[in-house]
Amino acid sequence: MYESMLNFPGGLFGEFDRLRRELDDVFGVSGLPSSIRSVAPGAVPAINVGRTPTSVEVYAFAPGMDASKFEVTLDRGVLRISGERPSAIPAQDDKVQVYSRERGTGAFMRAVSLPDDIDPAQVRASYRDGVLMVSIARRESAQPTRISVQ
Amino acid sequence: MSDDKQSIQNTREQDMRSTLPRCDVFEDESGITLLADLPGVPRENLELKVEGDTLLIEGTVQPQTPDGLEAVYAEVRVPRFRRSFTLSRELDSQRIDANLKDGVLTLRIPKAEHAQPRRISVQAG
Repeated sequence: MYESMLNFPGGLFGEFDRLRRELDDVFGVSGLPSSIRSVAPGAVPAINVGRTPTSVEVYAFAPGMDASKFEVTLDRGVLRISGERPSAIPAQDDKVQVYSRERGTGAFMRAVSLPDDIDPAQVRASYRDGVLMVSIARRESAQPTRISVQ
Repeated sequence: MSDDKQSIQNTREQDMRSTLPRCDVFEDESGITLLADLPGVPRENLELKVEGDTLLIEGTVQPQTPDGLEAVYAEVRVPRFRRSFTLSRELDSQRIDANLKDGVLTLRIPKAEHAQPRRISVQAG
C-alpha cells in the first residue's frame, strides 16, 4: 500500500526522511530472512512481536476498532488477527468534500507464526488505545531453569 | 567531528524521528473534520498545538510492555507520531474540538461564523 505520490505531508524533507526510512526497511536489514507472512510497510494493522521468558507478546496497532469485532484465532502455532474497520468518512454527499483518505478501511487480516514452545490454552487478549495485545504463555518446560551443581 | 558533537547529533536525530500518522480530512458547510490514527497513544501523551495558522499533532506511544520483553519482530519502530497542518483563515482555531478514542484522534475545526456560507437574497426591483 503506497501513499499517494501527490501528497507531500511534512514537506520535502519529511518526504526524504520517509524515503530513507523505507530504504532502510528494504535494504537496511540486508539479507536477514523475513517472515513468509510479513507484508509491505504501511499495511494495516502493523504488528510488533516480543517475548519474555514466560510469554510471547503480539501487538497489533489497529486504531478505531470495536474490541468485540476482532477475531483472534490460534491454530497450529499460527495466530491470526482479523477484523473490519468502518470508514469514518460520510458517504457520497454533495456538501462534503474529502481532501485526504489515508486511513485504511475494510477487512484486514494478519497472521503471525509463533514459536513451538507456546501453550495454546493460555492466551489473553486486550485492546487499549487502539492497540490489540495478545499474550500467549510459553510452556514451563521451555522456561529457563537453574540447575544446581552438586 | 568530535565524539561529543556526534552524540548530540545522534540524540537529536532520534528526537526528531517520528512517523506521519495516517489522516482523513473532510469538509462540510460548517467546518473541517480531521481523523488521525494514533495507535498506542493515550490522552496524556497527546499534544495538540495551534501556533499562528499551524496545527501540530504530536503523540508518543505508551509502551505497554511487560518486564524483560525482548523484541523479536517490529513493524512499528518509531514510537512517536507527528504531523502538522496549515489552517486557513476562515477556520476558527479557538474552537477546535478534540476527542481521542481507541487510538483515533478526531478534530473538529469549525469555520468562523462570518465564513459560513449564506444565501444572498437578490432583491427584485
